[in-house]
Amino acid sequence: MSFSNDTTLKLDSRPEVPRTVVANASGEMAAGEEIKTATVGQVTVANPVMSARTVNVHYGEKHAIKDVSIDVANNSVIAFIGPSGCGKSTFLRCLNRMNDTIENARVEGLITLDGNDIYDRRQDVVQLRARVGMVFQKPNPFPKSIYENVAYGPRIHGLVTSRADLDEIVQTSLRKAGLWEEVKDRLDGPGTGLSGGQQQRLCIARAIAVDPEVILMDEPCSALDPIATAKVEDLIDELRENYAIVIVTHNMQQAARVSQRTAYFHLGELIEVGPTDQIFTNPRHRLTEDYITGRFG
Amino acid sequence: MQISSLVLLLAFLTLLAYRFGRGRAVRLVGGPRGVRDLHSLPSYYGALAAVWCAVPSLVILLAWQGFSDRVLTHLTVQSMPASVPALPAAELGLITNDVRNVIRGSVPPASASPEIRAAAATYQSLESAARAGLAVLCTLAAVLGGFVLWRRIAPDLRARNEVERLVMWLLIGCASIAILTTIGIVLSVLYEALRFFGKVPVTDFLFGTHWSPQMALSADQVGSSGAFGAVPLFAGTLLIAIIAMLVAVPIGLFAAIYLAEYADRRFRAVAKPLLETLAGIPTVVYGFFAALTVGPALRDLGQMLGLAVSTESALAAGLVMGIMIIPFISSLADDMITAVPQAMRDGSSALGATRSETIRKVVLPAALPGIVGGVLLGVSRAIGETMIVVMAAGLSANLTANPLQAVTTVTVQIVTLLVGDQEFDSPKTLAAFALGLGLFLTTLLLNIIALKVVRRYREQYE
Repeated sequence: MSFSNDTTLKLDSRPEVPRTVVANASGEMAAGEEIKTATVGQVTVANPVMSARTVNVHYGEKHAIKDVSIDVANNSVIAFIGPSGCGKSTFLRCLNRMNDTIENARVEGLITLDGNDIYDRRQDVVQLRARVGMVFQKPNPFPKSIYENVAYGPRIHGLVTSRADLDEIVQTSLRKAGLWEEVKDRLDGPGTGLSGGQQQRLCIARAIAVDPEVILMDEPCSALDPIATAKVEDLIDELRENYAIVIVTHNMQQAARVSQRTAYFHLGELIEVGPTDQIFTNPRHRLTEDYITGRFG
Repeated sequence: MQISSLVLLLAFLTLLAYRFGRGRAVRLVGGPRGVRDLHSLPSYYGALAAVWCAVPSLVILLAWQGFSDRVLTHLTVQSMPASVPALPAAELGLITNDVRNVIRGSVPPASASPEIRAAAATYQSLESAARAGLAVLCTLAAVLGGFVLWRRIAPDLRARNEVERLVMWLLIGCASIAILTTIGIVLSVLYEALRFFGKVPVTDFLFGTHWSPQMALSADQVGSSGAFGAVPLFAGTLLIAIIAMLVAVPIGLFAAIYLAEYADRRFRAVAKPLLETLAGIPTVVYGFFAALTVGPALRDLGQMLGLAVSTESALAAGLVMGIMIIPFISSLADDMITAVPQAMRDGSSALGATRSETIRKVVLPAALPGIVGGVLLGVSRAIGETMIVVMAAGLSANLTANPLQAVTTVTVQIVTLLVGDQEFDSPKTLAAFALGLGLFLTTLLLNIIALKVVRRYREQYE
């Protein structure tokens, strides 16, 4: 029962980088699984919510994601970092099949949610996205009232039968998103009338309202000021209790603050994955180190 | 000197003024190297000189064009035998007309009386003298204007600011031409409409249900008094507009949704321009399509179903008008739908909404103001449309809500009232202006509503 790293790293790496078997987070081995990967560090975890195995993404001629394998652990935050254009957002969007809408995008490989292939033909995209929610870079509340923004998801999924239930869901979601106290008196006001940070928390509340297992966040703070960013980061930390969170960020301090694991992407390849403090204090791959220390990126 | 050669001369002088103005500005600062000492770029000095050269002479020229004929005619009349200027205005008009005909050569000079021929000669000699004077005056004004500015040119003359202020006045002028034209049209229609309401009470016009604008030529004829109840006309207009919108709104909107949300790029690139060529078809073509194809087809269909459909029916006109309006609605709605940010669609589909749910619940509400604007624009078109209804809807002013019967519309009646030889002081003719005013106010109201709607909801999303 072991799995090994592919020893032929495509990118240059320091010779002292260990290329041997890497134990997963809990020290256990994934049962009978062998992963062929060039990635340095701990790719797998015990009982992952989502796993990706040798995922490749092509946009027409462009090979955007190359052989990426990674697990997403429950009740923790994993941060995807890397220079612009490294494919971290593209990979994130594979996890709830948001790339489906892009005409010439082609996704290969296996991505599972609770052990089920999400690209299987029998998989309903609607259900998938109800279980894997997403928050975008720029806050994008609908041009509707705050209440309607949060009620949107439960309504389309038929999660509620009565108005009282819906009120309940809206309130809990807004509470979980830390927005209830600020908006409880203006639920009928337009969602677009909120400040940028409030809008982003509204979008998080909207995602929570359909009770997902995983929340994907694509640079959720890049359009926010530092105070709003701090609030959203606190929120992410709280949400970790109930959800698995994948966050793409350009901000390395942010990755260090909010995540337990960090994955470094470079030119479409997943270079290194590991516990966040290890990645930031003792990166094992030279490219990771160069990026962390600000030599490029 | 001909006016055209005078204009050419002025254009040449203007060009010269530009050269000299620019040259002087550059020379004052010691050649091109010193241009930085000038307040403005040299070309601004040139442009300012050109304006000072051209504008005064153009004003004189325009004034001459506007008033010369009246002044010259007056002088000619004064020069004729003393009895002529004392004649009443109508007879005087006849005489001056004769004179003009001789000058223009539309009657052989031999056929005119010697007095008229003499007057024509006087007019022509006066005119050539005036033209020569004008040429001198214009040239002088141009040279003088250019010279004054040329003298004023100094390194600290703020030429750029002055030129830009002149450009602003030019823009204001263009904008006010559009506004003044609208005001002029409204006022002239209003004036004639008021004359009509002097003969026919407003209440009869607004609330009367009988329309029969025949006026007798002499008092003892049958049906000597017309009836001017406009209700059947506005009802007919409304009926046809409603039918047209029932056709155009769903088809246009759904076509727009398909093109914006579902069609792939290549299909859209072909289909959208094709749909928009519908807007380029002249309405008269739609008109005979309605009258010759759709109308008879509907009548035959009605016969098969045992319905009495007249060949000219509100339905035929409304259907074809609806087709004409489709591109207005689809094109505007398409623009509005594509303007809804992709982020909205992503947000919705990331919550697990299907494409149609996203369109129904997010995209359409966000695009609603634009769509409403497009629909109201379409309504304005439907109400104002003339050609199709003239050919396909009939002329009988029935007050009916049955779309299978012939009805008539406001625009059709305006056409029939004004076509042919008409006297312009009978209620029959003046009624056209009252109808026009009513139509204008209706469409104006709709446009105001449309603008309000669009403006109110425009900033709903970023």
